[in-house]
Amino acid sequence: MQGAGRKRAQLYPRKISWAPWPSIRAAGAIGAQTDMHIPDGYLSPATCAALYAGSVPFWYVAARRLKKTLHTRLVPLLSVFAAFSFVIMMFNLPLPGGTTGHAVGIGVAAVVLGPWASILAISVALLIQALFFGDGGITAFGANAFNMGVVGSLVASGIYRAVAGQSALASARRVVAAGLAGYGAINAAAFCAAVEFGIQPLWFKDGTGAPLYAPYPLSIAIPAMMIGHLTFAGLAEMIVSGGVVAYLQRVDPSLLTLTAPAAPDHHAGRKEARRGGWRATRPLWAGLAALMIMTPLGLLAAGSAWGEWSAEDFASPEARASIAAASGGHAPPAQTPPGLARLASIWIAPIPDYAPPFLRHPALGYILSAMMGTGIIILAFLLAGWVARAARRAQGSNVSHSGGS
Amino acid sequence: MKAPLAQPGAVRRRQTRMLRAGFIERTLASFNQRMERALSAEGLARADGLLQQLDPRVKVIGLLALVVATALARNLPTIICIFAVSLLLARLSRVPLRAIAARVWLSALLFTGLIALPAIFITPGEIVARLPLVRWPITAQGLLSALYLFSRVETAVTLALLLVLCTPWTQVLKALRVLGVPAVFVVILGMTHRYIFLLLETARDMFEARQSRMVGVLDGAERRRVAAASVGVLLSKSMHLSWEVYLAMLSRGFRGEVYTIDEFRMRRRDWAALSGFLLVAGLAAWLGYCF
Repeated sequence: MQGAGRKRAQLYPRKISWAPWPSIRAAGAIGAQTDMHIPDGYLSPATCAALYAGSVPFWYVAARRLKKTLHTRLVPLLSVFAAFSFVIMMFNLPLPGGTTGHAVGIGVAAVVLGPWASILAISVALLIQALFFGDGGITAFGANAFNMGVVGSLVASGIYRAVAGQSALASARRVVAAGLAGYGAINAAAFCAAVEFGIQPLWFKDGTGAPLYAPYPLSIAIPAMMIGHLTFAGLAEMIVSGGVVAYLQRVDPSLLTLTAPAAPDHHAGRKEARRGGWRATRPLWAGLAALMIMTPLGLLAAGSAWGEWSAEDFASPEARASIAAASGGHAPPAQTPPGLARLASIWIAPIPDYAPPFLRHPALGYILSAMMGTGIIILAFLLAGWVARAARRAQGSNVSHSGGS
Repeated sequence: MKAPLAQPGAVRRRQTRMLRAGFIERTLASFNQRMERALSAEGLARADGLLQQLDPRVKVIGLLALVVATALARNLPTIICIFAVSLLLARLSRVPLRAIAARVWLSALLFTGLIALPAIFITPGEIVARLPLVRWPITAQGLLSALYLFSRVETAVTLALLLVLCTPWTQVLKALRVLGVPAVFVVILGMTHRYIFLLLETARDMFEARQSRMVGVLDGAERRRVAAASVGVLLSKSMHLSWEVYLAMLSRGFRGEVYTIDEFRMRRRDWAALSGFLLVAGLAAWLGYCF
């Protein structure tokens, strides 16, 4: 009897019962549930139609390109890969801090198949979810496919290519590249979804002024979506994408050659991968976390960098003083140098001073802080892991001293 | 060495540890739930109800038209009327309301309810009441917008579920052809649906095998490694499978063209149902959009 009861308890356990900090646990619960599958009713029909229209050209181009490269293999490859994406969306992924999350698998799809097949595979998986399992709406399918399928796949593929470069198939750099690709893809998709939610109350209200669809403006929708995704959901995707590449490097590197045919022979870096693909990347992650934490420093730094003066700076007395101070006491010319004035009028940057009006929005502040927060989280996890290992080692030596138990 | 039996504290500790190690079990439980639901849906699709007897194309177009009308509606009574129509359809199709509640109403209530709740307080507008104790303002516009979101979501998920519950999936897929989905995608969708269950079974077997070999407690990093490695194994298996499926298709003469057999035939009843659906959806769209 007792055995049967225990077996049942093992198969259907109660909710997870432990997390070190209640607030992190709560945040994790929200993060894990900040699902990006937009249901019906959150977006206006006009938005849905626009996003369908936005996705169709990508589907068309993807289908044309794949037909050319895959020929008759297209049908079975896409079907099975879409089924695979669907199944891994159901994996319960343990995250640091005792919480769990779900990955979408955009990173894995983009790394293994490349952007075009990934667009179609993720879209097919999303359509099956919407039609047969009620995850994500039918009218909102265009939006979901656009956010996760199109934007997610292109961002993931771009990041993976940029970061992995021409590195060997088994190099630790590819693991980091895949992790970042998954992280970037999920956050790009979440950002698109947040913008779609946020524009609803601007345009769609009833006679009394009550929002008809998603009720929150951009200033709430963007931070609400991004905080959950920059931390927990992004972490889940990062772990799956990086972990799968680390696994494939050791077990089946041929699967990585589809998107990196020119990468050097995979045996070259194999030794490094054998040392434990994921573990070898630890210094890279620590460096990345440090960079993320330092992101806002650039914005906080006072004044402008030496040599990055604008034409207006030569006319303002304060700017002239700071230019002189930065140039070792040499006063700048009394007039704006004619060449600078002429060139400055030719080219007006699309993003003057790195912050166009719409980016001076408080939401950007939230994103920057969340990015910094993520850096701190990654660093904290690395630190916690290191402390835990040290503690375990100490405990292990104690146990061996006392003769084991 | 065996642990002494009569130590409640130790047993509790071990149970806690067991629960902590439960990500494999939870993943297994979600696999089982998916498969169970898919099987029960097939049972309902064979029942002798109104929707089950209709041509799948009529169902796809009709229910989709109602979903679109729900999305278009700009007043609450219209959405509630469409919801009533969906309940009536469920009743006539012998779909137990309990099944709908367990599958979608409850989760939509929790998820959308959680999201819509703050809107009641932070949407600017005419203040109708204040929350006791904290004195947060409740605005008429906030209440209305929460109700819009909530009623729209519940109505749309009910209609979508009716389509799935009352139609075998192969027929839903073929019916998608009338919406202009290319034949090659209909075939891909059908094969995907088929392989989802195969891969679900494979993944379940993998997790069960892993679980049966585990005696200790895995730490966090190890659990993540197991999860990532499982995804990797499943990926290898999937790619291998797709290659085998491809060879099997080639050996049966597949040359890239796909055909679907459209054996549907519209009867008088189907035409009547289609006009009924379109009439209701059109009326709802007119009432919802113009008033």
